[in-house]
This record gives sequence, structure tokens and C-alpha cells, in this order.
Amino acid sequence: MSNIPADLRYAKSHEWIRPAGDGTAVVGITDYAQSALGDITFVQLPKVGATFAAGATFGVVESVKAASDLYAPAAFTVLEINTALDVAPESLNKEPYDAAWMLKVRLTGELPADLLDAAAYARQLG
Amino acid sequence: MSALQRTPLRDFHAAHGARLVDFAGWEMPVQYRSILEEHKAVRRAAGLFDVSHMGEVDVRGPQALAFLEHLVTNEVARLYPGRVLYSPMCNEAGGTVDDLLVYMRGPEDYFLCINAGNIPADLAWIHAQASGFEVTITDRSADYALLAVQGPRAAEIVQTLTGAKLGAVGYYHFCEGTVAGVHCLISRTGYTGEDGFELYHAAADAVALAEALLAAGRPFGLELAGLGARDSLRLEAGYPLYGHELSATLSPLTAGLGWTVKLNKALPCVGHDALVKEKANGAPNKVVFFRTGDRRIVRADTPVLGPDGAVVGRVLSGTLSPILNEAIGSALVETPAAAGALAVDIRGTLIPLQPAKPPFVALKQG
Repeated sequence: MSNIPADLRYAKSHEWIRPAGDGTAVVGITDYAQSALGDITFVQLPKVGATFAAGATFGVVESVKAASDLYAPAAFTVLEINTALDVAPESLNKEPYDAAWMLKVRLTGELPADLLDAAAYARQLG
Repeated sequence: MSALQRTPLRDFHAAHGARLVDFAGWEMPVQYRSILEEHKAVRRAAGLFDVSHMGEVDVRGPQALAFLEHLVTNEVARLYPGRVLYSPMCNEAGGTVDDLLVYMRGPEDYFLCINAGNIPADLAWIHAQASGFEVTITDRSADYALLAVQGPRAAEIVQTLTGAKLGAVGYYHFCEGTVAGVHCLISRTGYTGEDGFELYHAAADAVALAEALLAAGRPFGLELAGLGARDSLRLEAGYPLYGHELSATLSPLTAGLGWTVKLNKALPCVGHDALVKEKANGAPNKVVFFRTGDRRIVRADTPVLGPDGAVVGRVLSGTLSPILNEAIGSALVETPAAAGALAVDIRGTLIPLQPAKPPFVALKQG
């Protein structure tokens, strides 16, 4: 069973976002996503300062099996990227909600209405 | 939806947490825990692989040797009982029908191991080539299961379960014996570049043998390993995979397997004339191996670019070497371009291909 923390919001495309309440948020991929990808070998993240509309491609995560685009779960400007993923992308397979966060961002709009809460995301996974 | 074929170990794999996928029409374990970790376990200690999907064929009769010399490119006459030979078999144009192992059990008694995805086509081809030869061809694929124990600790592990003197069985040799009470053809061969054994046995015994090998191997660090690790291990070792480095239009010479093509045999093989011509005139394309120094995997079918950006080839196989921590692979490249600078474009980044001579890592066998 996938781990789906209750305090996060989820995109249908398997990214999570954790709003801090001060206009910033943390973004990553879900436990389901890392499990479906298998061994993660490479992560390509944007530069600090880059801006994205909700649903835009912000990076790529690559596993032995395939490369997958990463989609912005909300509109944001990148404040910080997790450079530890450059040297240890496999940490995404172990701690997708914790040490293997991807971006710290400043939200530039409302959270999209179609973001899921944990219960709805769990239903999507079936 | 067509039903996938299953090996006798399908439920064993599921019970051990395998991720099962369609591989050449077979429901096979691609991984149990992690492809990268299973790969490292094989290089460090040992891995246990179910390769029961492979095909087995008996070739028997007074003209078995003459027929096999006709069928395959390598020299079967060099075999003696207990010896194994790797060889491609070619079509008339010199392209490769399959690559296989030839086991000599006795003077008129040989045994072939062929690729799972090619079993029906190979059997049709072998039967067609056999006309005029006094041989009996028998498909034994459903009778046999095949377990591979591969890695530096493989011999110690298998020796705990058999009275056969494994120290006396050299690389590419085999013997018959029992392992954990199961009658096996014990073959010192493999597809990982490590020392190891491939154990052919009756399909009904597969679960008992797998459980015994797993239990005996665990204290040595043996892990179950899936087809994902099998593929990265074989590419790190520089071994061809049919459908990638070899195909109906890719000859063993183009693939760099000239050592398996014997053109001076007393009995020339199918494709002899085409292979002689290719050897004399050179081939328009050649298979090259590369590493990149970058973690981005260069996947099969990625175009290969020459110095001016023109497409001069395509990638045949590509993965991340778990040992080197960089992308490795093979490509089919126009021969004049093969010695020059080559690169691939991955998502807008131009990545140079550094020529490499496999194996990519130091191997115990090879």
C-alpha cells in the first residue's frame, strides 16, 4: 500500500505540495510515483527563480525503466532546489515526503481547485 | 488479450514480492526489491535468476554434428562431451536468427538453449535447415525449468547442495548431477560476466530447487534477482541481447562477435558466403559500446549524432551502470563515423559518447 500523508495536497499526476501557510510551499513526488517508476537514477530540476504555471512541466525524473515529466501542482516561483538529489536520486525511493523533497517555492496564485486531499488521492490510486 | 506464458516459479516470484511484467510473452519478474540493489548483489555475492522461459532443444542422430556445423557459425567440432559452446546462427544474408548455447552430451547427442522470444521461429528455422540430415530435433522447452546462480559466491553456494565436484567443472563446461536432490544439468555458464551456474532441471522440481538455493545462498549474501538486473549485468559485461545487438539484419560480424564466426570450417554454415563477403569488404555499420560520464540513461533507439550533428546511427541498448554510476550502452553506427566524435541529444542536452571496450567492469569470467 502506498504511503499517503494526510497533511499534503496531491496532483492527479502524482506530485505532492505542502503549503506552509506563509505563501511558500514544498513540492515533491508521491510514494506511489517512486514505486511505479522503480529505481530512480536522475532528477532534473529547474533553476532558482524560475516560474511555472499550474500544470507546467518543471523537471524530469528518470528511473532505470523510463523518464517522466514532473508537473507543477500549483503556480509558483522556485526559491530553492534540493541539490542532494543530484548525487543521491535514489533517496526518492526511500523518503519521497521527507529528505527527497524537490522544490521550495513561493506560490503565485491560489491552489488549483482540482488538487486532491489524501482521501481523494487514495481513491484515485484505487 | 492473449494470456502470458508462465514458468513453474510464477507463484514463487509473486510470494517473494516480484514485480511481474510481460517479457517476450512471458510473465516474468523484472525486479523483487530494486534493480540496482539486485545488480550489486550479483557483483558482490550472488543472485538467483529464474530463466525458465529460455527454450531447450535436443539434437540427436548420426549426423548431429554435421547438421550443427551447418546451422551455427561457431565450430561445433571443437566440442567434446561436457563442453559448452556459444554461437550465433545466421540466415543466408548473414543476419542473425538467434544466439544460443550448444551442449555436447555425447557423439550423437547435443542440446541447445535458445532465446525465449525466438522459440517458435527458431524451431521452424532449425527444422527447415535439418532437411537432408539424419537428425532428430525435439523441442524440450516445456520439460525444463532453468535457474541461474550467478556471482563470486555462486560455486560455494551450489557446492553446499551437491556432491558433484564443481571445482572440476570449468567455465563453459557442464556435468550431470543432483542439486538439493533434484537431477540437474549443471552448466558453468551465465549472462552476467560473473562465475556461476545454470541449472537445467525438470519443471516439476523448480520450486523445490529454488527454495533450496535461496535458503543455502542467503548466508552468502545471495538475493533473488530479476530480468532488470539480468539486463544491466549483461550490458556491463558487454554481452549481446538478441533484438538489440543482434537481429535478422545484424550479423555477428557487425556486432563485434567475429570470434564466434568460423569461416574455415570443413562444413560451412548457413550464411557463409555473405559472412565471407562482409569480412572481406567491411560492413556499412558497426556496433560500438560507450559510456557518458553522466547519469542520464541513453535509451534504445535514441539517434546518434556525428560531429556536425547529422544522424549517423542509433542506440541499441542503454542503462545506468550501477557499479560505475554512469550511463553505458551500445549503438549501431555508420562505419566511417564510428571512429569519430559521437553524441546524443537527451532532452536538449548534447551528451558526448565516450568509446568503451567492454566489459565495463572487471569480471571474473568472460
